[in-house]
Amino acid sequence: MSHDHGHHKDTFITKYIFSIDHKMIAKQYLISGLLMGIVGVVLSLFFRMQIAWPEESFEIFKIFLGEKMAPGGVMRNDIYLALVTIHGTIMVFFVLTAGLSGTFSNLLIPLQIGARDMASGFMNMLSFWMFFISCVVMIVSLFVESGPASAGWTIYPPLSALEEAIPGSGLGMTLWLVSMAIFIASSLMGSLNYIVTVINLRTEGMTMTRLPLTVWAFFITAIIGVISFPVLFSAALLLIFDRSFGTSFYLSDIFIKGEVLHYQGGSPVLFEHLFWFLGHPEVYIVLLPALGITSEIIATNSRKPIFGYRAMIASIIAIAFLSTIVWGHHMFISGMNPFLGSVFTFTTLLIAIPSAVKAFNYITTLWKGNLQLNPAMLFSIGLVSTFISGGLTGIILGDSTLDINVHDTYFVVAHFHLVMGISALYGFFAGVYHWFPRMFGRMMNKTLGYIHFWVTAVCAYGVFFPMHFIGMAGLPRRYYTNSNFPLFDELADTNVLITMFAIVGAAFQLVFFWNFFYSIFKGKKAPMNPWRSNTLEWTAPVEHMHGNWPGEIPAVHRWPYDYSKPGHDEDFVPQTTPMKEGEVELHH
Amino acid sequence: MNGLLILLIIVLLGVAAWQLSKIFSLTQIGMAKGDSTIANDKDNNINGYLMFAFVGFIYIFTIYSFIKWGSFVLDTPASEHGKDYDNLMNISWIIIFTVQTLTQFLLHYFAFKYRGKEGQKALYYADNNKLEAIWTIIPVIVLAVLILYGLYTWNQIMYVDEDEEVINVELYAKQFSWEARYAGDDNTLGKANVRYIKDVNTLGVDMSDRASQDDKVVTEIHLPVGKKVHFRMRSQDVLHSAYMPHFRAQMNCVPGMVTEFAFIPTITTADMRNMPGMVKKVDGINKIRAKKSVELAAQGKPALEPYTFDYLLLCNKICGASHFNMQLKIVVESEADYKKWLKEQKTLASAIKEANAPKEDPAAVKETPAVAEAVVDTTKAVAKGK
Repeated sequence: MSHDHGHHKDTFITKYIFSIDHKMIAKQYLISGLLMGIVGVVLSLFFRMQIAWPEESFEIFKIFLGEKMAPGGVMRNDIYLALVTIHGTIMVFFVLTAGLSGTFSNLLIPLQIGARDMASGFMNMLSFWMFFISCVVMIVSLFVESGPASAGWTIYPPLSALEEAIPGSGLGMTLWLVSMAIFIASSLMGSLNYIVTVINLRTEGMTMTRLPLTVWAFFITAIIGVISFPVLFSAALLLIFDRSFGTSFYLSDIFIKGEVLHYQGGSPVLFEHLFWFLGHPEVYIVLLPALGITSEIIATNSRKPIFGYRAMIASIIAIAFLSTIVWGHHMFISGMNPFLGSVFTFTTLLIAIPSAVKAFNYITTLWKGNLQLNPAMLFSIGLVSTFISGGLTGIILGDSTLDINVHDTYFVVAHFHLVMGISALYGFFAGVYHWFPRMFGRMMNKTLGYIHFWVTAVCAYGVFFPMHFIGMAGLPRRYYTNSNFPLFDELADTNVLITMFAIVGAAFQLVFFWNFFYSIFKGKKAPMNPWRSNTLEWTAPVEHMHGNWPGEIPAVHRWPYDYSKPGHDEDFVPQTTPMKEGEVELHH
Repeated sequence: MNGLLILLIIVLLGVAAWQLSKIFSLTQIGMAKGDSTIANDKDNNINGYLMFAFVGFIYIFTIYSFIKWGSFVLDTPASEHGKDYDNLMNISWIIIFTVQTLTQFLLHYFAFKYRGKEGQKALYYADNNKLEAIWTIIPVIVLAVLILYGLYTWNQIMYVDEDEEVINVELYAKQFSWEARYAGDDNTLGKANVRYIKDVNTLGVDMSDRASQDDKVVTEIHLPVGKKVHFRMRSQDVLHSAYMPHFRAQMNCVPGMVTEFAFIPTITTADMRNMPGMVKKVDGINKIRAKKSVELAAQGKPALEPYTFDYLLLCNKICGASHFNMQLKIVVESEADYKKWLKEQKTLASAIKEANAPKEDPAAVKETPAVAEAVVDTTKAVAKGK
């Protein structure tokens, strides 16, 4: 392939493996993320089966977990916790942080701001390969003799620090920490790159207030990542010190297995603070890119400008700012001073305001639109639906008083899965359906897309809606079986139903995978701008090339949301179209 | 049985997939070929209607959930502050349901109403400061009310008045059982640290402390109705959480520090058992257990004991492999009964003295995890519902 910008020949290795092209790196992130997603979801089905049919023997456990983790096909109780832990870790970090943000930040930032590539292509490549190594380490940890990390994805010490407390806190936990340390390095390199690129490499005319909301979301997300990930890194580092070098940052006064340990003076609450200083912003690191993607897709497919562009940007910034001062709402009953509980209740409930603004703005964007209900649009509307359903119960959990009795119950599981898990996944799917033509030059099959969406939509509510009720019944999460409490016997049928929905929902993701991989090779050839969108990425040729555009980078003359603008023949006006004489530009 | 079930699911999935693809492909008949990858009017139509149906699904599923699972939700709080808690919860739910019902309707209805049609033009409508202000200010007002009410209740619950007359009880967590310590006649808990753990002194109470002398270590909590209990939580190994759902009470147990929670129990165990809602609940549970017992009997396994309600303390923070089985029975009774029960309990000092007294067979006493056994017994007792 020859073009203006290429000064070197691509070999297979430089093109597909150690590529420094942001589009290839995006695809690498996407496919790694999807593969990790399969692992994460399968693990969740395994532990859901255990909850629904406790201590029953399953052939499938014999095959996948083996005799050691599931003797006679019955899952061991510490392995149950290991699966829960790894499911959470993989989904939060590997799928929804790296998979989602890595894919679309990489693909869209240069293409939508009009840049030839990321500010540092080499660092970008390094970022992906470090992510890949961290994936490999995490997967390897599943196979160690003593079992993978089992202290929950929040790895609270002392459970995560002491091998005596649970076998998974041995080598499995070490590998978890190593994997996460590499992951954080990868994530930071990616984030720095995104920030620098957005600030420095915008094309002529691309002012900050002409940026698509996707780019705004990725940009702010990267900033949150840079602020908060290093704190998790230090938390992990101190934990490594406690585990391996005998320090007492998090540990004090411990008597275990008949022995008093030497630790003195540390506090697990310190770890909780450090962890959630990342852990809460992490929710928004996961969610904001999904909301950015949704903003773009809803506007394009409503054939309408996004309603309240400036309010949307303001709410992204407000959410980002607030997200860094609300971590304590995970710790209302951790034993910290109740006064802090009051402060964090206040800041937490404030987040509902920018969130409400976003939800209402999406709804208003639909109003009097000409909605093109293709799969990407369905997933975007689905996102708004689950974002509302899941977000509203945050009013309960964010209130320190009400948190007392639902903390760590299934109510929490229902809340965060809907508001960040399912919502972000919907954003992920929406993005894949929408930008698939941009990535692979081919179209995905829409019928399969529709099937995928509708079954997923029903199953997502089917899984998480009932969980609110069993949570309000006082059922704690992370219980291997509930059969030791006759009080919870009446919840057993509901757990079976939830598992059924989960199995069906997961099975229908195969429709997506088939559609995805089939379309890469056999999909219909994509036109240049299939969704008749305004943003710059659709002005680049379908065939990928280094540097994105042959010849000059296009200049930008307007904001990205001039859909159905009066005075134009078409219902979209690409950003590259110069202003007509006398035409008024909004917001400028 | 499992294999059959999985097979059935796969078959059903196949049928569902086939049906759906049929529906979608039928709608394509007569459409112009060539744009099969982009939504056309028929797609917009069918998905628009499905969107409208989906809001119906959400409503129906919500109503169904309430009918079917509404009775699971904990009701009748057994503590003084529990009433305020439930009040705040109900107010929050009213707000949540109002917003949920309205916004989900608007979202899906718009998706249906404004579904794309060839030739239809969308309204160029990008901004409206008045609207934005409205849906910023309304949440602000609603949240202000919730925050103020919430913080008021929080302060009521979390700050214990030092001058108040309270019963001091220590909750002690370890992998995987609970113990409790009563302060005795002086109502002061003696000092303690894991470094003092030895034989029967499983809580590591410092016996050189004068206040420790009358402390009593037990494996079942009894509380007098209407008296404030001030719990102090400790853990000897990892994080645990002392969760008492019926009292709307929970606090983590953190190794190396003492955490606190106080409440006033208001309903005795006996009264709670006789509440109409509880009678119904327990009946339902016993029906389930009876059914299960029949299945177990068919496999030659022992039947399940019938269930009687008891207040419980559960562990609600992941604490290790047997996290799922860490419970302690709580009995709320009249003050007279409570005093009688407490009197029967041995002080730790006398237990230590007894354990140290020369025995005929010292081997039997040595390092027996007496407490662990006792806890197992409690668990059984709960199941039996004596």
